[in-house]
Amino acid sequence: MQTLVAYVENKPGVLNRVSSLARRLAINIDSLTVGPTENEEIARMTIVAHTDERGAHRLEASLEKLVDVLLAENISTRALLERDLALIKVSADQQNRPHLMELIKVFRARVVDVAPESLIIEVSGTVDKIDGLLEVLRPFGVLEMARTGRISMTRGGDLLQPPAAEPVNSELESASSNVT
Amino acid sequence: MKLTGAEILCESLTRLGVREIFGYPGGAILPVYDALGKSKLHHVLVRHEQGATHMADGYARASGGIGVAMATSGPGATNMVTGIATAMMDSSPVVCITGQVSSKVLGSDAFQEIDITGITMPITKHNVVITKAEDIARTIREAFLIANGGRPGPVLVDITKDAQQASADFNWEASEPKLPPKRLRNNHDQAEFDRAVEMLNTAKRPIILAGHGIMVSGAMRAFEQFVRAGNYPVAMTLLGIGCFPANDPLNLGMMGMHGEAWVNNAIQEADLLIAVGMRFDDRVTGDLRTYAKSARKIHIEIDRAEINKNVRVDVALIGDAREVLEKLTPHTETRDHGAWINHIAELKGDSAVRDIQSLPDNGHLYAAHVINDIWKETGGEAIVVTDVGQHQMWEAQYYHHNRPRTLITSGGLGTMGFALPAAIGAKFARPGSEVWVVVGDGGFQMTMSELATIVQEKINVKIAIINNGYLGMVRQWQEFFYDKRYVATPLVAPDFAALANAFGIRGERVTKRAEVVPIIQSARESDETVLIDFRVEQEDSVYPMVAAGASLSDMIRRPNNPLVETATEP
Repeated sequence: MQTLVAYVENKPGVLNRVSSLARRLAINIDSLTVGPTENEEIARMTIVAHTDERGAHRLEASLEKLVDVLLAENISTRALLERDLALIKVSADQQNRPHLMELIKVFRARVVDVAPESLIIEVSGTVDKIDGLLEVLRPFGVLEMARTGRISMTRGGDLLQPPAAEPVNSELESASSNVT
Repeated sequence: MKLTGAEILCESLTRLGVREIFGYPGGAILPVYDALGKSKLHHVLVRHEQGATHMADGYARASGGIGVAMATSGPGATNMVTGIATAMMDSSPVVCITGQVSSKVLGSDAFQEIDITGITMPITKHNVVITKAEDIARTIREAFLIANGGRPGPVLVDITKDAQQASADFNWEASEPKLPPKRLRNNHDQAEFDRAVEMLNTAKRPIILAGHGIMVSGAMRAFEQFVRAGNYPVAMTLLGIGCFPANDPLNLGMMGMHGEAWVNNAIQEADLLIAVGMRFDDRVTGDLRTYAKSARKIHIEIDRAEINKNVRVDVALIGDAREVLEKLTPHTETRDHGAWINHIAELKGDSAVRDIQSLPDNGHLYAAHVINDIWKETGGEAIVVTDVGQHQMWEAQYYHHNRPRTLITSGGLGTMGFALPAAIGAKFARPGSEVWVVVGDGGFQMTMSELATIVQEKINVKIAIINNGYLGMVRQWQEFFYDKRYVATPLVAPDFAALANAFGIRGERVTKRAEVVPIIQSARESDETVLIDFRVEQEDSVYPMVAAGASLSDMIRRPNNPLVETATEP
């Protein structure tokens, strides 16, 4: 599994270009999250892909060839902070509710909706943590689940920021010949 | 100044240096055609939109500039798909402009509405829909910038009819391209560069693999200096042909599937491959598991995505070929590599005399003879535009190109039907040059309607149809790998000479070797288009050959006596 971060133009069609590229390279995407950045013209993607290092290199380099992609970087080998968020609706009756609440506490999750026959649990953390919670909830009966997919950020001073605007090279912008 | 979107488009194209547009009108692009009529731009009316894209592609490849093709929405746009893909695979800067239904009805399945940006997303470098007149100038400028920048490629601009009709302020200076800012990458660090230099200066058996990128980058002079500095033998990809003179003793010629066996063997024995502006295509490498096992590899390439894609390399120098070569040459120590070059000469052995070109006339007409005679008669100076198949490989083997951008051929996509329209584009790009079309009877029948374009535009190209009555390359594979079961490869053709006449073009037919040179001379003397139907040997094959997926070391060699092996009685 490889994790890439990309900064892209925040406009229609860009997600399609990115996902279509992964399809063309026969790379299966495990999760892809998009959200705006502090600059509303730029969106940030975290792409988690089923591929090896070589495939990730191709994906990264090919993504960066897309006009609307400002930067793409494979951050799999770097010190990362990863977060996934899940809403899990689990069936809960009077009897097992205390037991459930205990588990929720252990996982530092929280209950965000209470109904007579069910609870909605919100949990965030690494994929492993959420998978772990899911594992122990399963016997109670998981009725519904929604997950955001992973977002990742490199730790500490290892910054990954969108590039600043550059002046264009107007020499290229011409139909005239360059036969030498 | 207020102009309509259509007028802004024409004005922008003119300011960008465009002279010719290859296109076909229709409902959704009519406002542009109305404006075209009032502009100084010359519109070349094609007979099929695929032809328009190949012409723009041929124009771009012959000139080193950008070719422009135009079509209406719906079928006009979808007919461009093959040409766009052809340009994409061969990194050719083509800008395609398509009309689109009005923005108000987009997505409603209106008459001749098709999502052409969706369709062409994977086969364009970039594409964009314009729905407002005020966006046209800037977007067209961006399209040109993208098409020609870095590794070039096709860009499609889809303009809705209401954007063409609406009026907007036209201000060229204010419509500067505004492309998203890109991260500037440190392409290669000093340590990597130093490793490359060390490898260059310690190699005993180096060989350069020269690709299309040298031409694209305009690196011919820098490349020659690099070759001389290290005295490196040069093998070329199909699209690399012309980047280094064929008559130079260091030029070994084409490598790969139909390269000469001794060239491929030299690659297999090399201890250093210096790949410049090429992408280790499967037609060049054969089986990757056995490819150049004893060689270290340096890859000079502008596209990061090509590094380690097919072949693992030891050092990648990412960047424009000219810049990288100019930086490398001063660090290259002069070596004569005499022993290695002599060894390659030994590998070559007598293959030069065994090939078909040196054999006496036995009454049969061979494609190789025809192409070699065209080479001799034109002094190797013509622009040759080929189609795809056997004749394409014979051209690469028997027409020796000394100048860049004189062989124009569809390499990556292998698009049959490319030659005739691409040659028309090439002739517009370089009207002072002699242009020959070398095309098979199969591919010619795919786009021969463009003969009418030739007549309407009064242009002068020479068309050599290598007519063997088969889809020759497919037949050859059936002969070699399918036990001569010729399924769907024999094909009937019209009388091409009579067909030419019907278009108002002089047509000739040649069946004997002795007739070849006189007819080429006569065609060259004419200042009009001449079509020559060369009725060549039907079951001749291209040798040598690496079977698909086989090792480069394992070539099917020319039969010892090809005349006996391959000749069939007429």
